[in-house]
Amino acid sequence: MLSRTAANLFWMGRHLERAETAARLLDVGQRITLLPNTEEGYQNEWNSLLQASGTSELFTGKYGEISQENIEEFIFFDRENPSSVVNCIEKAREAGRIVRTALTSQVWDALNVTYQDLRKIENTPRSRLDTASLTDFTTSHTSTVRGAINATQLRNDGWHFMNLGYGLERADATARLLDVKYFVLLPRIEFVGSGLDTYQWQVILRSLSAHRSYHWAYGGDITAGQVADFLILNGESPRSLITSLYEVVWHLEGLARRYGDAVSAEARDKGRDVMEQLQARDIDMIFDEGLHEFLSWFIQELGTISTLVHQDYLLGGA
Amino acid sequence: MKLRISHETTYRYGRPIRNLVQSLRLTPSVFEGQKVHEWQIDVTDGIRGPGFRDGAGDWIEGWNVRGPVDQVTVRVQGRIDTRDMAGVLRGHREVVHPLTYMTHTDFTQPDDALRDLANSVNGTSDNLDLAHRLSLQISDSIAFQNGVTANNTTAAEALALGAGVCQDHTHALIALARIRHLPARYVSGYLHSTIDGEPHDAAHAWAEIHVEGLGWVGFDAANKCCPDERYVRLGSGLDASDAAPIRGVAMGSGAEDMAVAVQVEELAQ
Amino acid sequence: MSYYNEMFEGDQVRDPYARLREWVDTMPDDFRQMKQAEAEALFRRIGITFAVYGEGGDPDRLIPFDMMPRVFEQAEWRKLERGIKQRARALNAFLRDVYGRGEIVRAGRIPARLVYQNEAYEKSVVGFVPPRGIYSHIIGIDLVRTAKDEFYVLEDNCRTPSGVSYMLENREIMMRMFPQLFRKNRIEPVDQYPDLLRRTLESVAPAKCEGRPTCVILTPGHYNSAYYEHSFLANLMGVELVEGQDLFVDGDFCYMRTTTGPRKVDVIYRRIDDPYLDPLCFRPDSMLGIPGLMNVYRSGGVSICSAPGAGVADDKAIYTFVPEMIRFYLGEQPILNNVQTWTLWKDDDYRYVMENLGDLVVKEVHGSGGYGMLVGPKSTKEEIEMFRHKIKANPSNYIAQPTLALSTCPTFVEEGIAPRHVDLRPYCLCGDRIELVPGGLTRVALRDGSLVVNSSQGGGVKDTWVLSE
Repeated sequence: MLSRTAANLFWMGRHLERAETAARLLDVGQRITLLPNTEEGYQNEWNSLLQASGTSELFTGKYGEISQENIEEFIFFDRENPSSVVNCIEKAREAGRIVRTALTSQVWDALNVTYQDLRKIENTPRSRLDTASLTDFTTSHTSTVRGAINATQLRNDGWHFMNLGYGLERADATARLLDVKYFVLLPRIEFVGSGLDTYQWQVILRSLSAHRSYHWAYGGDITAGQVADFLILNGESPRSLITSLYEVVWHLEGLARRYGDAVSAEARDKGRDVMEQLQARDIDMIFDEGLHEFLSWFIQELGTISTLVHQDYLLGGA
Repeated sequence: MKLRISHETTYRYGRPIRNLVQSLRLTPSVFEGQKVHEWQIDVTDGIRGPGFRDGAGDWIEGWNVRGPVDQVTVRVQGRIDTRDMAGVLRGHREVVHPLTYMTHTDFTQPDDALRDLANSVNGTSDNLDLAHRLSLQISDSIAFQNGVTANNTTAAEALALGAGVCQDHTHALIALARIRHLPARYVSGYLHSTIDGEPHDAAHAWAEIHVEGLGWVGFDAANKCCPDERYVRLGSGLDASDAAPIRGVAMGSGAEDMAVAVQVEELAQ
Repeated sequence: MSYYNEMFEGDQVRDPYARLREWVDTMPDDFRQMKQAEAEALFRRIGITFAVYGEGGDPDRLIPFDMMPRVFEQAEWRKLERGIKQRARALNAFLRDVYGRGEIVRAGRIPARLVYQNEAYEKSVVGFVPPRGIYSHIIGIDLVRTAKDEFYVLEDNCRTPSGVSYMLENREIMMRMFPQLFRKNRIEPVDQYPDLLRRTLESVAPAKCEGRPTCVILTPGHYNSAYYEHSFLANLMGVELVEGQDLFVDGDFCYMRTTTGPRKVDVIYRRIDDPYLDPLCFRPDSMLGIPGLMNVYRSGGVSICSAPGAGVADDKAIYTFVPEMIRFYLGEQPILNNVQTWTLWKDDDYRYVMENLGDLVVKEVHGSGGYGMLVGPKSTKEEIEMFRHKIKANPSNYIAQPTLALSTCPTFVEEGIAPRHVDLRPYCLCGDRIELVPGGLTRVALRDGSLVVNSSQGGGVKDTWVLSE
């Protein structure tokens, strides 16, 4: 497979996942504005969510004021925001178009329809759109693409590269969100049971679409330790760091097996190594180490794996 | 003359490059005025690729360097015997039709000043005479001066400036010849010493004009003469870029800086 | 002016169309509309929304597809086929000659200036003979018909003619929508084209290539208006679609970057123009090309199709000499006619053309896509006078031809079915053998009375049938 083809499949996966992340951000942002809270409270929430996607400064510079309209505009439509839904979907579709022949017609159709419908939404007067319809649009279309990939793509190297993109992006998004909010997850006595932190944890869970599944997994009250455990070490949680990394390693193993010993597999080796280190920890150890320090380490390791994927497969010699 | 030539070009890169590919036109032409005794081209860490003689008679060699490297030197060393042919390129095997060299390039694109200068020469029906007189026009209109023109200066700009180096003289003469319907081309090579015996320590360039019945004849407007035994001819093209002894593309993101050292010395008989 | 109608002779239906008559006559209006919508939806889904090369325009635009096929009888096609193959042989012989000794110029049959001062002439490949002496491997020859047995060649396309994906898709869609038509009519297939193309490319692999050659299609990228065609062909041929950045030169060969490391490439079917192929040989600022490629090509490490410099054979000025080439190289009489052409750099021609502008078609020598062109009989006095000024400013930029009575073919239009003017572009493949699939791209001028078939000027496309019995 051409290195460029692999790179486009990889980035197609990453951008689709990123679009979903943006949509969830929009959903949670909208919810925040509905909560009875001080003006300042939800502004802070917003800022931290934007920080997680690395776009906080861009937003402040361009819009200043946090309002429903501005948030929608920025997170969904704004082409200057590299993580906006419009940008991510366009980039994913562009990547798909370049490697058209590596996609099944079902996947291409789903991707292309997403893009065509996005055009329609852009041409709809904003007054006729609400936040829920925008997030629904995004999640339902990205799931359709995801479903088409799972149902129809050959389980070949291209499939591995797409899923590597998905997995790395998801691990990265979860880790960054946690890192921005890590302080509310610290089990500090004075906040336990107070309305504020429960609500903050809910915000985190919701922004990862994990508020329901959390209850299924743990039941009962939300506690900081359990939220952190759920999002970092719980293998059932679909967006936890360990689940995302597990998938990344699984696909790297697939590539290494497929390509044999002649092709360097440093990314796989690194992935295995990080996975072992993650498995060796429990949530108390992570808190002892320092949640922020742990997350910084993890984000950096993800970066290294990404770089190694590039070196192993995407340069193609010379 | 028996000449020993040493020519080193060193490229230094601000950041290591991933890869370098070059096309070298660094081997002396084969014609009655030149006989090569020894010639060696070497590129540091380089892989020698394809070599062939093109339709214009030039020997071309491809080289590439696998990175990462932050410095590459192209080294040419050799010995050659030269003879004065009064500028005529006799015995040179080439199949490119002279009319191919009627095409103007960005470097030679005529403006009104070039056209006026070209058409100011009249009263001759002999093309060789015409070529000589066009060359004299350029020698008189463009003073030899270092540092006033750049690599990408055009013939029109050099004439407007009234000053330049051999590249500019050559482009301007080519432009004039083509305006007067004489095929003309850019030649790159080496020069042992100027007419007054001053040693020449850089690569050199001159023009060749095609004269029916005689073939290609060299004219060095910068030195107001025709090439003789002090000249070593490497190759030709439509302009300086087309005839460049070294063309290369490096894959990298840093700045590039180049140093050239040329020595042409006469050997004892 | 009267026009040859390919389906009707008075009230009589001509033989090739006999079986279509009933199909058309019994087709209810709403069925036709339904099928038309279905065809359009199919095209959109496949993503075939590109302009024919060089015509510019919106890349996401759909070229109108007309469901009424254009039909040739076997005997008609045989003659066309012989004529096209003859022309293809002559054009390649010409290229081999002018990049070698130039006998045709020495013999005084073609002025040296037209060849050697042609901007498509490549000095850098003089003296090099590509494998099998083939320069142009895919030749698209644009033809028009004026009578039962009269065909004229409008132009030759020796570089990288586009539109073949329409030929294939038009057929695919017709077969999907109207299988019964294909059962009733015995129609020669065209879907072997991608295999034949791959075979043709493999047959011109360089001598240094061992084993089965690796072929690729080189595209300028997905912003190019013909990108769909590039990826479509790559997919059907089972070869990689590469961009310049995917290829690199190392030592004596050219390689592509793959996930398992470098892989040697033997034959490049390029869909980018000469000046962009290699910054070490042509435009130094080209970002599309592969540095060092031409050196590898010149030394027989890789084949490039079409050969750099092949464009010198399809220039509108060279065009007038193709019949001469056929006589000179093949010792044969031309089977297909050239259109009479006046070249405006000749004084006599210039005078004649200026006096008869209202009756002639005037084209730019290097123009394409129906732009920069005057159709005298279809133009107003003002338009003709404006064009006269343009010609005066630069006569050598123009050629003129008589206005041809292009044949018409029944076409579905708003009001039902009506005759519309058509042309034809078959695709001739040249390798170890010369091949022509029975069919081609029929373009149709959808506007009533229009003689311009270019998609950028309101043209559409039709499936082109060659009957097998």
